[in-house]
Amino acid sequence: MKLSTNFVKDYVDIDVDVKTLAEDMTRVGNEYDSAGNLINATKLVIGEIIECVDHPDSDHLHLCKVNVGKEVLGIVCGAPNARKGIKVIVALDGAELPEKTIKKGMIRGQESNGMLCSIAELGLEHKFLKSEDSEGIAELGADAVPGEDPIKYLGLDDGVIDFDLTANRGDLLSILGMAYEIGAIYDKPVKEVDLSHKEQGEDINKIFNAKVETDNCKMLIVKKVENVKIKESPDFIKNRLIASGIRPINNVVDISNYVMLELGQPLHFYDADRLGNSLIVRMAEEGEKLVTLDGNERILNKTDIVIADNTHSVGLAGVMGGLETEVEPDTENIIIESAIFDSVKVRLTSKKILRSEASNRFEKGLDPVRTVMAAERACKLLEEYACGNVVTGTIKYDKTNNKDKEINISFQNINDVLGTVIPNEEILNVFRKLGFSYKVKGKTVTVTVPSRRLDISIKEDLIEEVSRIYGVDNIQGKLPVVPMKKGSYDKTQREIRNKMIALGLNETLSYILINDKEVNGYTLDKFEALKLLDPITEDRNTLRYSMIPSLYKIYEYNYSHGQKDVSIFEIGKGFYKKGEIYGEDTKLCVLMSGKYLHGLKPQNVDFYIIKGIAEEILDYLGYAGRYSFMKQEMPKEMHPGQSAMINVNGTNIGMIGKIHPSITKEDVYVLEINLDELLQKKVGKMKYKEISKFPSVKKDVAFVVDKALTSKEIEKVIKSAGGSLLTNIEVFDVYTGSNLDENKKSIAYALTFEDTKKTLTDEETNALLDKIIDTVSKKCNAEIRK
Amino acid sequence: MKEKIEEIKKQAEEEIENIKTAQELQDLKVKILGKKSELSNLLKTLGSLSAEERPKMGALVNEARKELEEKIASVEEKIKENLLAEKLQKETIDITLPSTKIKRGSKHPVNRVIEEIEDLFVSMGYDVVSGPELETDEFCFERLNLPQGHPARDMQDSFYITPEYLLRTQTSAVQARTMLANEEKSPIRMICAGKTYRREDDATHSHQFGQVEGLVIDKKERNVSLADLKGTLEVFVRKLIGKNSELRFRPSYFPFTEPSYEVDVSCFKCGGKGCNLCKQTGWIEVLGSGIVHPNVLKMNGYDPEKYGGFAFGTGLERLAMFKYGIPDMRYLYTNDVRFLTQFDRKDQE
Repeated sequence: MKLSTNFVKDYVDIDVDVKTLAEDMTRVGNEYDSAGNLINATKLVIGEIIECVDHPDSDHLHLCKVNVGKEVLGIVCGAPNARKGIKVIVALDGAELPEKTIKKGMIRGQESNGMLCSIAELGLEHKFLKSEDSEGIAELGADAVPGEDPIKYLGLDDGVIDFDLTANRGDLLSILGMAYEIGAIYDKPVKEVDLSHKEQGEDINKIFNAKVETDNCKMLIVKKVENVKIKESPDFIKNRLIASGIRPINNVVDISNYVMLELGQPLHFYDADRLGNSLIVRMAEEGEKLVTLDGNERILNKTDIVIADNTHSVGLAGVMGGLETEVEPDTENIIIESAIFDSVKVRLTSKKILRSEASNRFEKGLDPVRTVMAAERACKLLEEYACGNVVTGTIKYDKTNNKDKEINISFQNINDVLGTVIPNEEILNVFRKLGFSYKVKGKTVTVTVPSRRLDISIKEDLIEEVSRIYGVDNIQGKLPVVPMKKGSYDKTQREIRNKMIALGLNETLSYILINDKEVNGYTLDKFEALKLLDPITEDRNTLRYSMIPSLYKIYEYNYSHGQKDVSIFEIGKGFYKKGEIYGEDTKLCVLMSGKYLHGLKPQNVDFYIIKGIAEEILDYLGYAGRYSFMKQEMPKEMHPGQSAMINVNGTNIGMIGKIHPSITKEDVYVLEINLDELLQKKVGKMKYKEISKFPSVKKDVAFVVDKALTSKEIEKVIKSAGGSLLTNIEVFDVYTGSNLDENKKSIAYALTFEDTKKTLTDEETNALLDKIIDTVSKKCNAEIRK
Repeated sequence: MKEKIEEIKKQAEEEIENIKTAQELQDLKVKILGKKSELSNLLKTLGSLSAEERPKMGALVNEARKELEEKIASVEEKIKENLLAEKLQKETIDITLPSTKIKRGSKHPVNRVIEEIEDLFVSMGYDVVSGPELETDEFCFERLNLPQGHPARDMQDSFYITPEYLLRTQTSAVQARTMLANEEKSPIRMICAGKTYRREDDATHSHQFGQVEGLVIDKKERNVSLADLKGTLEVFVRKLIGKNSELRFRPSYFPFTEPSYEVDVSCFKCGGKGCNLCKQTGWIEVLGSGIVHPNVLKMNGYDPEKYGGFAFGTGLERLAMFKYGIPDMRYLYTNDVRFLTQFDRKDQE
């Protein structure tokens, strides 16, 4: 809402500059985007051209002598309409105009001490300019006095504050509402609205028929004004519309807008002769057609409220009038409609068609008192500025519950909620400043809230009013006095993240929305993907299930920006519908590519590094010995020979491996664990295990086995053969190559033997080793590698 | 014989002087002091001497032998030293070459801010809670006093999946969940940070963004008031943004609180003098807050006559941007490794 300060001064007597007003309004809850003068120009004076001759060295420039009051200046001017005798706007040396600074100087050898301005050069928005405003210099009236302020002469000496109002303060979408608010701040009374006009002729109720056929119209006021003369509006109306951001059209159209700005009630004027003698408010029929005044044919739905005559719709209620009954330059008689339409219905329709000043006001809610007042005010202005004759009487349909609200509250309650000790008189003073009447009864007060304040309906609303006007700045902050207790939180996720960071991974924050084509990737789970009903872009139209697509996008971005060493992780959500259940799981996702070890001995990420990361986190969480990596059917996005499911206590809780070469030529490895599933699994207690006092013995042994045999299988055999004295098995080398059969590989193990009761002798360990070798040879078809 | 001993000794001493390696020394040791050495042979001839001469010569031989042993030992020591020095020399490396390292990982700036906030409020006895990002209309709106038809529920502003389910537009949804889940309807102090989603995407709005939400509900007689809210947010802002920050409570409107306030903080950049960041106002809008609306209490099982409290919420990205001087919100979601790795150390306290 753009507030013209000149306009609001009609109703409240204030003398503050526009910036202060804006700041003071902010402190009571009304933020603004900008505050300043309508015209931002300095050093402008009215001048009179007392001499005008052609420039000797130019075919279009003039040399003017301009009387600016105290002196006569020589100014070179190129405007075609520059001539002797006219009153003009002079920008003096040093004048700041919105788009230029004026300096005196020589123009083609002739001294020029300023500039003669067009209206356009003053910085009005383009939409407010007429063609003559930019074609030549402004010609002021004969009554303009040289030396005086031309902006004031033009009535453009206005301040404008562009407020960004909260959704509940529909009352402030009017000059009158603003006046009440400003009056409350500065403790000033608000003046009455002049509705006085004459009425004549037969009562409108006898000559015109208005009907409301829907609950979505709670109030309808109809008046008629005859014999209007359409012409340009007086300057004050035009200037106030311009300051408020509305383009002046003609006096009749301007008056409907002026009243809307002034009282907050949108009006619609019909050409009475085109409308006929009836007006019906009803819901549109599905598929009903209407040509709106912008010339577009609209196909309507059942949720649109329309204004119709006996046969068809003539306007979209609250949104846009129809072309057929629009006020035209030849219009003589006018039907005024002032109504309250359902805010939700207007919003739905306006979103389809056009969001306008009018629809915005319907959406925010209207005061029935103003609905009546606006029709009367329009009559008053049409009589005064369009020579109209107001027809006797008013058609009034009213289903509003138009009663001032009474709210009862105790002074203590107000102070309790605010945490203050504001004296009763001070509280009552706030209500008085707001223009609320009240009755005190003992420790409580009954406040009567005027109908304009649609936002106030409960005690708490009144408490807010007290805090607003009393000033929140005057309330001292303190900490709550409540019983002490321990704050709690589940640190598991934070610990997992810290662990990943300690392992050298960078934490990311990715978008959860992905393309629907990606959603089934990197998983074999059965679920229904969740698509947005109304996505912004198709790239992000679905909620991810696996996080891998999100992290892969981050990898791609980095790769294309020259960052090929990427080790990232994130804990986030994956979403699904399974059966009738909508759900989300917390997942840990890791993506690694390029170098992991850096510096002198860099090492590229391979399957075993990311497997190490997976084991680190699982061991850290206490799952050591409870998980295994299982070769199973894998999602098609994974390399079938370099990927595995991660299984904990019998269920797959995640997946690990290389991304399939058909997706990327690079070696990219991923790991995803469903943390919700994992963390449900049992973990043993961290508990001391006895360590041997006696030295342990290490023995190395290498087996040549079939390539297809997994190390895990061999380890199992070693373990069972080794018994309890074999305390650790480590693989330290895997070899395939020239001196081995191509179907064979060699795996070397370092075995640790330890006895808690005595030092193991060579004979004992060798016997154990022989047993292991013997068993592995038989069970795994292995040979000892010498 | 005495001369003979002297001669052997002298010659042996010369040979010891010329020794270079440990092996030569070993060989020489055998040659000079071994069973077949000249000195040993000499000892064997002692028997032919007179009983008088015998001990004298024996002593002389032993003395010579002892001297030579000492000499050899000292040369041996020297050779060892040389060998060690040589070994150390050979093993000397360029200590300025880079280390082999796992680069330090890094914590995302938004999560850093979340942790800082959580730790602060946990220290004041708040519980950290969380809720679903895929929310129902009921918890996201209905139970927060945003009835059907409220503009904030517009399809255009929210990501709906079905008419019932949507991505939560605000962490306030967790307020309702926390109140409803508390079966004893006992006092609540909670803080909740998480992802939220709105149907907008431009330079200053991301369709996905972080919010943190705080809620305090207590018995009416304890009077958790606007003054308490003010004091709590002063602690919050001064910890997160700076101990000299000023706060301005501006009355505002949120459906779930009444009274409602937006909280401006004195501009991070200019300290309140006015700059382009604060649009010359000296203030930056940081938080939304207010006294919990009686309808919200009622709808979530708390009697507004017996309980009251306050709630507040703020966006996380802007706090992170301010804290680390990040100029563009989009950097937080681009996840360029060069950006991420900058956050690889401990925050200063």
